[in-house]
Amino acid sequence: MIERLHQILIKEFIHLFRDKHARFSLMVPPLLQMLIFGYAASYEVNRVSTAVLDNDHSQESREFLERFSASNRFQVHEVLQSEAQIPYLLDHRRVAMVLQIQPGFAELLRKGQTAPVQVVLDGTDSNTALIAVGYINQIADRFAQDYQLQLADRLKPSLATFAPNIQLQERPWYNPNLESRWFFVPGVIGTLVLVSVMTLTAFAVVREREIGTLEQLMVTPISPAELIVGKTLPFLIVGLANVVFVAILGSLWFEVPFRGNIFVLLLGTTLFLSSALGVGLLISTLCQTQQQAFAISFFYISPAIMLSGFGYPITSMPTALQYFTNLDPLRFYLIVLRGTFIKGVGLDVLWPEMVAMAILGTGMLTLATLRFHKTLD
Amino acid sequence: MSLRRLLAISRKEVFQVLRDSRSLLIVLLMPLMLMTTLGYGVNLDTKHIRVFALDEEGSQASQDLLKRFQSSDYFDLVATVTDYRALAAALDDGRCQLAIVIPFDFSARLHDGRPVNIQALVDGSDNNTAELAIGYAQGVLASYGAVVQAEYLVKSNAPSVNPALSVEARTWFNEDLESKNFIVPGVAAIVMAVVGVLLTSLTVAREWERGTMEQLISTPVTSLEIIVGKLLPYFALGMFDTIMCAAIAVFWFQVPFRGSLIALSIGSGIYLVAILGLGFWISVATKNQLAASQIGLVTAFLPSFLLSGFTFPIDQMPLGVQPFTYLIAARYYIVILKSVFLRGTGLSFLAGPIIALIIYASLMVFLAKRSFHKSLA
Repeated sequence: MIERLHQILIKEFIHLFRDKHARFSLMVPPLLQMLIFGYAASYEVNRVSTAVLDNDHSQESREFLERFSASNRFQVHEVLQSEAQIPYLLDHRRVAMVLQIQPGFAELLRKGQTAPVQVVLDGTDSNTALIAVGYINQIADRFAQDYQLQLADRLKPSLATFAPNIQLQERPWYNPNLESRWFFVPGVIGTLVLVSVMTLTAFAVVREREIGTLEQLMVTPISPAELIVGKTLPFLIVGLANVVFVAILGSLWFEVPFRGNIFVLLLGTTLFLSSALGVGLLISTLCQTQQQAFAISFFYISPAIMLSGFGYPITSMPTALQYFTNLDPLRFYLIVLRGTFIKGVGLDVLWPEMVAMAILGTGMLTLATLRFHKTLD
Repeated sequence: MSLRRLLAISRKEVFQVLRDSRSLLIVLLMPLMLMTTLGYGVNLDTKHIRVFALDEEGSQASQDLLKRFQSSDYFDLVATVTDYRALAAALDDGRCQLAIVIPFDFSARLHDGRPVNIQALVDGSDNNTAELAIGYAQGVLASYGAVVQAEYLVKSNAPSVNPALSVEARTWFNEDLESKNFIVPGVAAIVMAVVGVLLTSLTVAREWERGTMEQLISTPVTSLEIIVGKLLPYFALGMFDTIMCAAIAVFWFQVPFRGSLIALSIGSGIYLVAILGLGFWISVATKNQLAASQIGLVTAFLPSFLLSGFTFPIDQMPLGVQPFTYLIAARYYIVILKSVFLRGTGLSFLAGPIIALIIYASLMVFLAKRSFHKSLA
């Protein structure tokens, strides 16, 4: 039995490495994904293009607007003369927001009253707009507080020196500069291993069926179980090698640290790949042609990625959908990846994810094997 | 170009599509699947950030501050712990995303007017949430600071002046800043990239793999007739998917539709031609289903997801990456989609992106035709 298994393995490896398209799909998409995500993916909001309209022309309004030019969150592109210019700028996406100060701004402040600041925002990109509003509020709060002190100081000089002063001293752990790359690069490893291993498995089986060589294999003394192991084991090995390759790339090129234990990562990868292989095999039993295999894989891949916490936080999803994410092995694998790369935690923290992946993997493989048997008969 | 021959090829292709009911079903369900996962799953508006607090003082003042965190929508104050190690453990295993440390001399410092530092330990492994958490925490501190300062000034018998700023934000185009309005219109671009590139590239590549393309070529049809004839059914499918996407967006997700249907149809049609041309070109160049699907994934699906401004704003990308986004057809189409749905701008406003798409589409058809010629020789 070992001998037969050995022969299938050799056959599959020869297949894989002789096929320049398979080689290509193992190397190039991972590289490109890594580059695109490493550079392009970021939710940070900086340099929001801003226009200002100062109808008050006071020292106060100038000082207030200056705080926006000084902040690197905003970039003041245009200084407007009249309100009539606003629709054009927003319609043509020249600026994302307009700050507007009405006449009487300084007077209200001097009297100790509340002065309005009007902001017109382009809400098409709701994420940027929301974050920008947060920053505007912060700048406004600080300005009002400083102004109050100045005012008090003018009226009663001894006061200001004892005014309370609270600062937030933020210390991001694990990722001190809060770089997007550190978040996305480990995630990319998860998605691309899923994509390459799953599609390769599905394609490998379906192609043999399409060409008719699967029937040839079945007339040999090889048992279905041996066939399944022989078909999936090479991809498991390739998947592991792929993770190591991409992990090295990630840490050398993008300088994402690897702080944990490599064996914990490899254990997690093996458990994760068991479900990826299971899904690939399952898909292969559902299809007659490679085109169908691809279309169905895509049906699995996109929700799997979207609901994994790869780019969109799970905690912000509707509650029903949050429960659903527990069926997604990628969700747990991403925690293991980020845990071993960025946090440097070990099995003592990651064991629940490992158990979850083991359960999902066993389930998937069992389901796939049962169906595979059926399609062979 | 003869219309009869062209329609004959289209008819053959339609039969092929109709006979493969599984692929057809998938193509028709694709908009539904992507719409629901993206429409429900993508919510970047982070709320309920899990907070642990370490209150070293336990005074009235420190409790007041923590209450402000508790009452904020953005934070869930999960637990108050008594030592630093518990905070570290909670950050490690992800039970908290933000840990607040209030120093033992908090109220004494507040009283004396010495600066107070509130430590915020943030889990930086998800840098986006970390960034938002810091921003919101600063907001909580700023409003708390303003209250303390006002109380202090009253107590010190300062003339009661309380200048403040109120930010009045008016949002255009997406008044309630809903994530779904930002995400859902763009999904059509992704759906069409998948359907257009992936399925065409697979069917055309399959004909090469099986050798039936040679049979086609040996008939009197010209290369342009083959290209147009083969793409016509997929064009119809793509347009059907666009209509489905628009219908789901408007009737299910209640995204406003403010622009002209004509602008949407013209934009979608040209985008589809560009995408189908790209798909055809890939399949002629590779002549292999596995390679075509992988290259399709890398050149169409991923960039339209990541580099088009679909979720990641282009102006936030590094300056070196931004020029590459002009090479992505989806970039122009996304502008059209968001304008038509949310901005309500008409055809004249969209001349720029539409012209860009026309150039793109002609280039793709030209490249497809040229590489088809070459592979005949």
